[in-house]
Amino acid sequence: MNKVISLNQAMERLHDGMTIATGGFAGVGAPLKCIRRIAESGVRDLTLICVANCHPFTVAEFDIFPLFANGQVRKFITCHNGTNPLAMELSRKGSLEVEFYPMGTWIEKLRAGGSGLGGVLTPTGVGTLVEAGKQKLTIGGREYLLELPLRAELAFIKGFRGDPMGNIEYRGVAINTNPVIAAAADFTVAEVNEIVEVGDIEPTRVGTPCIFVDAVVQGHSLAEQEAVYQELWTRGGILR
Amino acid sequence: MDSREMISRRAALELADGEVVNLGFGMPMAVVNYLPKDLNVVLQSENGCLMFGPTPRLGQQDSDLGNAGSMPITLKPGASIFDFATSFGIIRGGHVSSAILGALEVDQEGNIANWSMPGRSPGMGGAMDLVVGARRIIAVLQHTDKAEAPKVLKRCTLPLTGKGVVKVIITDRAVFQVTPEGLVLEEIVAGMSVDELRRITEAEFSVAPGLCEYRLA
Repeated sequence: MNKVISLNQAMERLHDGMTIATGGFAGVGAPLKCIRRIAESGVRDLTLICVANCHPFTVAEFDIFPLFANGQVRKFITCHNGTNPLAMELSRKGSLEVEFYPMGTWIEKLRAGGSGLGGVLTPTGVGTLVEAGKQKLTIGGREYLLELPLRAELAFIKGFRGDPMGNIEYRGVAINTNPVIAAAADFTVAEVNEIVEVGDIEPTRVGTPCIFVDAVVQGHSLAEQEAVYQELWTRGGILR
Repeated sequence: MDSREMISRRAALELADGEVVNLGFGMPMAVVNYLPKDLNVVLQSENGCLMFGPTPRLGQQDSDLGNAGSMPITLKPGASIFDFATSFGIIRGGHVSSAILGALEVDQEGNIANWSMPGRSPGMGGAMDLVVGARRIIAVLQHTDKAEAPKVLKRCTLPLTGKGVVKVIITDRAVFQVTPEGLVLEEIVAGMSVDELRRITEAEFSVAPGLCEYRLA
């Protein structure tokens, strides 16, 4: 079995109007090469599921920023939009629809979507605007909101190493939203720093088992990735 | 000392040995720089780790090690990393003992608003989960806004992050405990009288018998 494909091939499934999910948290653990290709593809009218918008130091072509700059996103299902002034302005003007969920709710909706649950009961958001339009149940004297499952048609996740069967090993906090997203999509593309051979990843170090992954693509090498983030963080003044 | 540093230094004093602590996005993150040296707390970063340490120097950073603002961090010995579902299980499931959150507004009922303003909604991120799950919520904010209007109110005007969840309010002027009977002023900045404080505070508050000067150490 060989799930390794090219970036061009990974983009063949993209079409206008799709619901796509991308892994990563404000750029860390994000599949940067795939996202760059999505931005260059010209695909439009996307519903984008991502836990937050781009890194606060983003100036141009980094991570999901260009998807908003190009007007490719119609609807953003997320927990935080404030790091991207452009997306905030698009939302204010009404040209970008933003559907907010608390972070714990967002991740559980996707986990439900990938694991066969009909929904989750969470106390988060009771007593706030998050309640709007949702069923509320009282269990054991405590109120909970019923939050429904969330899935994507196409997901792009980021791992450290991947093998041709689709087993993915993660590195550092880049794991973040990737495993849950991987399970919650009809087709999952995993971008990795290194493509290794079957058997190279120890079974206990597999963070996403191969059955959740449909395609593996080569992303930045780890050295290239380190250079990208060194530039981002020094430009923003946090690294001295 | 600027007011943000004052607030962060004072907030650090709220933490007790052995606590599991979450520092929210923004001003609370600076608290990590002011933790007393003999204080052992387990810091949780909502993006998926426990026991993160100080900012690395240039050349020591790792592109796969970032905090809840995706800024570079180091990890301390004994650190652990986990995914988002686990992280928010920690937060929602009552495993965090103290959370320090920035606020746009707080009020005398312990309500907090920090995710949405008229015409501008950055989003709630992890804050709503923190306020339902953490055992103690410490809200930090400037006492007044840029127009000198009070931010410690009778009732929050902005969309709430959580209802009745705040236990301690720390501003650059005062420290309040939130009790079922209302706010209690515990500390006041040197050189300010209680009457002067009342003039810049919309919320009602009683004065603790042991009222003392705002502590920074």
